[in-house]
Amino acid sequence: MALLRSRIVWIGAAVVLIAALLPFWLSAYLLGILTAAYYFGVFAMAWDLLFGFAGEVNFGPTFLIGLGAYTAAILNSTFGLPIPLCVIAAAFAAVAGGILLAVPALRLRGPYFGLVTLVAVLLLQNFVVIFASVTGGEIGMTVPDVLSIDASVNYWYALAFLVVCAVLLYGLSRSAVGLILQASGQDAVGAAALGFNVTKHKVAAFCVSALFSGTAGAMLIFYMGTASVDTVVDVAIAVQIIIAAVLGGRRTILGAALGAVFLIVANEFLRPLGQLNTFVVAAIALGVILFFPDGLLGYALHRGERE
Amino acid sequence: MRAVQILVDGFAISSLYGLAAVGFTLIFGVSGVLNLAHGGIMVVAAIVGWAAAGELGLGTYAGTLIGVAAGLAAAYATYLIVVRPIQRSRAIRPEETEIFVLTGTLLWGIMIQVGMAYLFSDNPITMRPLISGVVNVFGVRTPANEILIAVLAWAVIGLLWLLVNRTRTGKALLGASMNPRAVTLLGYELTQLYLVAWGIYGILAGMAGVLLASFLGVSTTNAGQLTASAFSIVVLGGLGSVSGSLIAAYVVGYLETMTAYLIAPTLRPIPSLILLVLVVYVRPQGLLGRR
Repeated sequence: MALLRSRIVWIGAAVVLIAALLPFWLSAYLLGILTAAYYFGVFAMAWDLLFGFAGEVNFGPTFLIGLGAYTAAILNSTFGLPIPLCVIAAAFAAVAGGILLAVPALRLRGPYFGLVTLVAVLLLQNFVVIFASVTGGEIGMTVPDVLSIDASVNYWYALAFLVVCAVLLYGLSRSAVGLILQASGQDAVGAAALGFNVTKHKVAAFCVSALFSGTAGAMLIFYMGTASVDTVVDVAIAVQIIIAAVLGGRRTILGAALGAVFLIVANEFLRPLGQLNTFVVAAIALGVILFFPDGLLGYALHRGERE
Repeated sequence: MRAVQILVDGFAISSLYGLAAVGFTLIFGVSGVLNLAHGGIMVVAAIVGWAAAGELGLGTYAGTLIGVAAGLAAAYATYLIVVRPIQRSRAIRPEETEIFVLTGTLLWGIMIQVGMAYLFSDNPITMRPLISGVVNVFGVRTPANEILIAVLAWAVIGLLWLLVNRTRTGKALLGASMNPRAVTLLGYELTQLYLVAWGIYGILAGMAGVLLASFLGVSTTNAGQLTASAFSIVVLGGLGSVSGSLIAAYVVGYLETMTAYLIAPTLRPIPSLILLVLVVYVRPQGLLGRR
């Protein structure tokens, strides 16, 4: 385990180093795609913490992301608050949303809870459209401040954010808290019988996942300069996040980030296929689920263990 | 006057919701599968039926039958290509099968949706009504087609009731939903029963898709919405309970119609979503759920 762990640290450091140097080779267009992919990676990692570890079927990660993104966008465009304050407020709003979701999660199991999260997304989507005077409705709203207008700087912001989130979430998942979460996700009664406070840990998992989702949502809209239902709330985005995490490998945290980057880059390379590119991406993901249910990283790790 | 209008319009849409949701709940009851490709299967039936009736010029009736057959084929494809391999996979742990089936059918549904949009089009399509003309119901001019749809939906639901409660196979299906192991011990092959259940489901979803196409019109982009509405109706009624699903279909159908007529058409889905959340909070097993 210690060996594996140190190997992950080394590989991770090498990957980050190469990624940090990419702006010197890649065009601004490709950097833009990777920037969005990195924020997406944080969404997928935050989802993996809830699903892979706490065992909660969350169909609505975009509820938390959307809350954060719209809080930041409204504070920035209506009240003119500076970006850092907006991001912090977004984190608080998302955590409040996370607690709101955690309440039913403690009472409901599996598909029932999954449906509540789906409904939460649909309600948020409808409310954004109804209160169009504040939120810009279906068209979306423009955010006056942006992180930077330089593609490389934006890219480094996103990469740094991804790395910080990955280190924190991965560390958390390998800590005692992560193990307790995993135990209560697989057998809540058993974990409670061992003397762990399952309720407290689950609520904490929701808060942490919401914190990262909301912050990433706020960062994403300050990168893009707009907030709209299609980019941060729509169920299609939630589906993409779930596909990314399952593709990369559940319960690995880092796999979710890899899956997200792979998914977005694959989408981009398959663009010449036109309409069919979604079809191909979905087919690849289905193939991974059928033949490598542990996901890409999960499969690699298992092979490593067996050798 | 407006009250009668709401009653008549709500009845037709609710019957269709019921028809679609009954199949969904049947599959869950018998094999424990929540099929998120549900909307996709309805869309396949609707579009193939429309293409056969219009583009191939086979007429509305032949088109309807071909559409239902396409729904059946799509349901079997879903089961044989996606659901069964996942259920039988050794690499997937039993407690995780459910989430894999959910994710797998979700992806499959997306593939169906995009594939249909590519082969045909993603514009909304509307089938010609099965019968033309307008009937006066308590002073409200109602298309005869709307009444026929409600009657057809209920006839199919009635047939299903007879099948489940009055035939050997149906009773075996009911048994499989209560206690699969006992049914196996009585000499029934579960694999066969699952095939029967998916066949019934395919016909129900196919009919719902074709009828919806001739009532409101369908486009491939509706697939997700159709799945979500069937899912919420089924959860509202209680997963696995057929009568619960039917009641829930009417509750949702009327709530939506009332909101659309009395408040604003744009708010149509909101009250039923809020009701769903409330019911799930207070009574997690749904209206008539067993557990």
